[in-house]
Amino acid sequence: MTAPLLEMRDVGVTYRARGREIPAVRDVNLTVSRGEIVGLAGESGCGKSTLASTILRLQPASAQVTGQVLFEGEDVLTMRWGDLRTLRWAGASIVFQGALHSLNPVHRISRQIGEAITTHQPGLSEQQVTERTGDLLEQVGLPRQRASTYPHQLSGGQKQRVMIAMALACNPSLIVADEPTTALDVMVQAQVLDVLQHLVRELGVGMLIISHDLSVLGDLCDRIVVMYAGRVVEAGPAAAVFGQSLHPYARALSAAFPKVGDPAARFAPAGLPGDPPDPAELPPGCSFAPRCPQALDSCTEAVPLLESYDGGRLAACFRVGEDRETVSLP
Amino acid sequence: MTAPTETPVEAGRLSTRQLSWQRRRQALARGWAEFRRHRSGMVGLGIMVAFVLVALCAPLLASADGLSVTKATGGVLESPSGKFWLGTDESGRSVLTLLIWGSRISLLVGLLATVISMVIGTLIGLLSGYFTGWAGSILYRFTEWFLVIPFLPLAIILATVLGRSLFNIALVIGITTWPSTALLIRSQTLSIKERPYLERARVLGAGRAHQIGRHILPNVMPMVFANTTLTVAAAILSETTLSFLGLGDPTRVSWGTMLDSAYSVGAMTTGSWWFFLPPGLCVVAVVLAFTLIGRALEEVLDPRLRGR
Amino acid sequence: MNAQGKAQSASTEGTNPQSGALEADGLVVEFTTRSGAIARALDGADVIVRPGEVLALVGESGSGKTTLARTMIGLERPTAGEVRFGGTPLDYSISGLRTLRRRVQMVLQDASSSLNPRHTVYDSVAEGLRLHGLDGADPEGRSEAEQVAAALASAGLRPPESLFLRYPYELSGGQRQRVLIAGALALRPDLLIADEPVSSLDASIRGEILALLLKLRDQMGLGVLVVTHDLGLAWNIADRIAVMYLGRVVESGPTEEVLARPKHPYTQALLSVVPEIDELAPVVLTGEIPDPTRIPGGCRFHPRCPALQGGFAEAAGVATMCTTVDLPLIPPDVDGHHVACHLPQRVATEDLADV
Repeated sequence: MTAPLLEMRDVGVTYRARGREIPAVRDVNLTVSRGEIVGLAGESGCGKSTLASTILRLQPASAQVTGQVLFEGEDVLTMRWGDLRTLRWAGASIVFQGALHSLNPVHRISRQIGEAITTHQPGLSEQQVTERTGDLLEQVGLPRQRASTYPHQLSGGQKQRVMIAMALACNPSLIVADEPTTALDVMVQAQVLDVLQHLVRELGVGMLIISHDLSVLGDLCDRIVVMYAGRVVEAGPAAAVFGQSLHPYARALSAAFPKVGDPAARFAPAGLPGDPPDPAELPPGCSFAPRCPQALDSCTEAVPLLESYDGGRLAACFRVGEDRETVSLP
Repeated sequence: MTAPTETPVEAGRLSTRQLSWQRRRQALARGWAEFRRHRSGMVGLGIMVAFVLVALCAPLLASADGLSVTKATGGVLESPSGKFWLGTDESGRSVLTLLIWGSRISLLVGLLATVISMVIGTLIGLLSGYFTGWAGSILYRFTEWFLVIPFLPLAIILATVLGRSLFNIALVIGITTWPSTALLIRSQTLSIKERPYLERARVLGAGRAHQIGRHILPNVMPMVFANTTLTVAAAILSETTLSFLGLGDPTRVSWGTMLDSAYSVGAMTTGSWWFFLPPGLCVVAVVLAFTLIGRALEEVLDPRLRGR
Repeated sequence: MNAQGKAQSASTEGTNPQSGALEADGLVVEFTTRSGAIARALDGADVIVRPGEVLALVGESGSGKTTLARTMIGLERPTAGEVRFGGTPLDYSISGLRTLRRRVQMVLQDASSSLNPRHTVYDSVAEGLRLHGLDGADPEGRSEAEQVAAALASAGLRPPESLFLRYPYELSGGQRQRVLIAGALALRPDLLIADEPVSSLDASIRGEILALLLKLRDQMGLGVLVVTHDLGLAWNIADRIAVMYLGRVVESGPTEEVLARPKHPYTQALLSVVPEIDELAPVVLTGEIPDPTRIPGGCRFHPRCPALQGGFAEAAGVATMCTTVDLPLIPPDVDGHHVACHLPQRVATEDLADV
């Protein structure tokens, strides 16, 4: 069995700001294999974007990273600079959040994609670069002529696809997409997700998709990892995590996107009280306890660890496995 | 982010208004703490305070009699000595006394001119930014037209027409310097006008006056404030220039008139440095002080605007 | 009139659209784009919102839903057609609009920039009261502070006094949204227009805001017009739904009807691509994205219509009509399920998916 493409072992990231230490990510284990789509779900402050930035060692200088981020067996965090440069974009690439605003408005698309190509393959002729740019655009479902346009002439969905094309420029083995469909219309979202799925099936790349929309992940991914307050709270096959969540937070996240046609969701919006926690001020014990509908007093005393359950599932909650019909104390 | 930092309002204890003021004072204290960290700004502040004190305490530092030509006791253009620390001018008056009393005029005219300039500039800037259509366009063109007119010729003409007095000099400077402020305020207004909270105000039923007064103006004020200090610097320099050209009030002494007198009696050729160097240095120092303060203020106020 | 009274009058008024209802009648709104082309953001929209019910206006970018909401509260002036409140056309003078906005309020998109960063929560909520002179003349004799506290409490912010002196940057996204709602509620309007009320909020707190809107409908008899691109949201809280495409309503009716048995191919396509695990095969539309400067002739959806592309229109004999004959406006009927389509009967979504 080949080693997984990406393997994160006990990764922790701590920021130092305003004289305090802020734990953004703690004890995260995550793997992505070739041809596999893994979804990373969570809301603001859960650490998912921070985690993704460690894959290419893009975290800010003030951040301290512990653990290992193994890409094809080699630890990114201790790599030599030369190897890291090769890794960036040719090994793994990222489609950033807010990609719609990441395109330089004064350069044509051809120039921006071309830049990605020539950074890693400076020896190519102009003809070859143009050829490759056209190929990339076709791969994401855009006509070749779009290369000569400026970003402002493209729609939101088209810009997002250009960003994906840029991420493909150097034939990476792993693509990380950070909130690729947020701010897009439902129809355009479907088109972009189609492109991503097609890329994985055809090119055999591994993909890590980050989103707060669990329904998008449930549809597209093979596996889902749910994060809350810097920790993984649930992981497992996508359908199971979305449809029959073990952890109360995952359940709430899944319920936040009601299924159209489900009579139980009519006039019954499901949500959690309070707000996602500030990583600088985490509550004692289980970070989710203050908002958890099933919290007990004992939940504030210790941090629950990830336990394995049937079907390759993991969950970090003291109350999983109990008879869930027992009513929780307020 | 959600932990309260003040005690909640209790009916009957402190009214919302009073607590509001308390918060504003706290905000000012924070702003001051931030300003203190700018060494250049503090230096500028120190210099400015020193000069303001000198101007205010002029009667205590030097007798007003020292300004009178008839009561002058010194010789003509005497060099500095124990009796006259900065020597004398061509009428035998102590240069130090002139310098001290002159600071009053220079600072006063500078301040007055700034007020006039800021009032006109802010008003026109706000209105030309807020009103689209022909009203805004006309005001904008008017501003641009005024901006292009060369300062000195206009100032000379106005001063000659209006007559040579303190207030007129301030007026002249105010009238010739408002355009740059107006343009600055206008561009700020244009950007703030598009902000969602302006639209919310309209949805709530706000008329134009409310929108400008309660929303646009408070958000424009920090920029106005920072710009004011820089305008003071420019105004003092302008006053000096105009007085040097002989357009100042002949009955009053200012640093500019001192330079004018120095020039007319040929102090430079005779090497009477004590007559022209001190006023020149004072102008430089005050202008520098206000400029440093202005720059520091911009840095303090802008990131706070952006951060919020 | 208390909440019960309002709810009662809303139900007894039934099909009478006059009382306290906001109507859009054949609205056309045109903009001139930077390149000089004329964009018809709204091309004949008929919609009615009544107290005591939630209407969801659903569509994608370019559908005109936000323009419709803004025109109904007077922020835009229609090029043709009119907006009526309580049967009377809108008076666009400053005082006329102010009178309207006492009864109809709006919560804008993007709560984080809709609050003046230099005003405290108290100032922001009291602003409406002061503008309408209610700070001193409350019908129940309350002081301004009491009214502000009541508004914050009804928006779910308790204890209200603890928030009086906070600034927007100190609040979370959900709290800011509630402050915006409180500001609108302070005026005790009959109708509330909410533009994408939860799209900028974290997923786990959406439910609370939506529950709040429902509570306002139930307990205060408020009518709510929700503008959204999220069909799930419409399913969650809307009594009725109107689906918009390129400036027109293409399908409208009770939510269960429209979302469970959609008749218009566009609605069917939208529903099919909402991410679900074990649902319909997705009908992913191809073709140009809707461009309000170039509205297609005939049925405006025909260039992308899977029913036309799949030959179903041909089979029904309406293919030429689809490309040449425009459809009439859907009447603002509050009860029926209406669709603007030439097809005599709906095509099953599975068949459309194969196209």
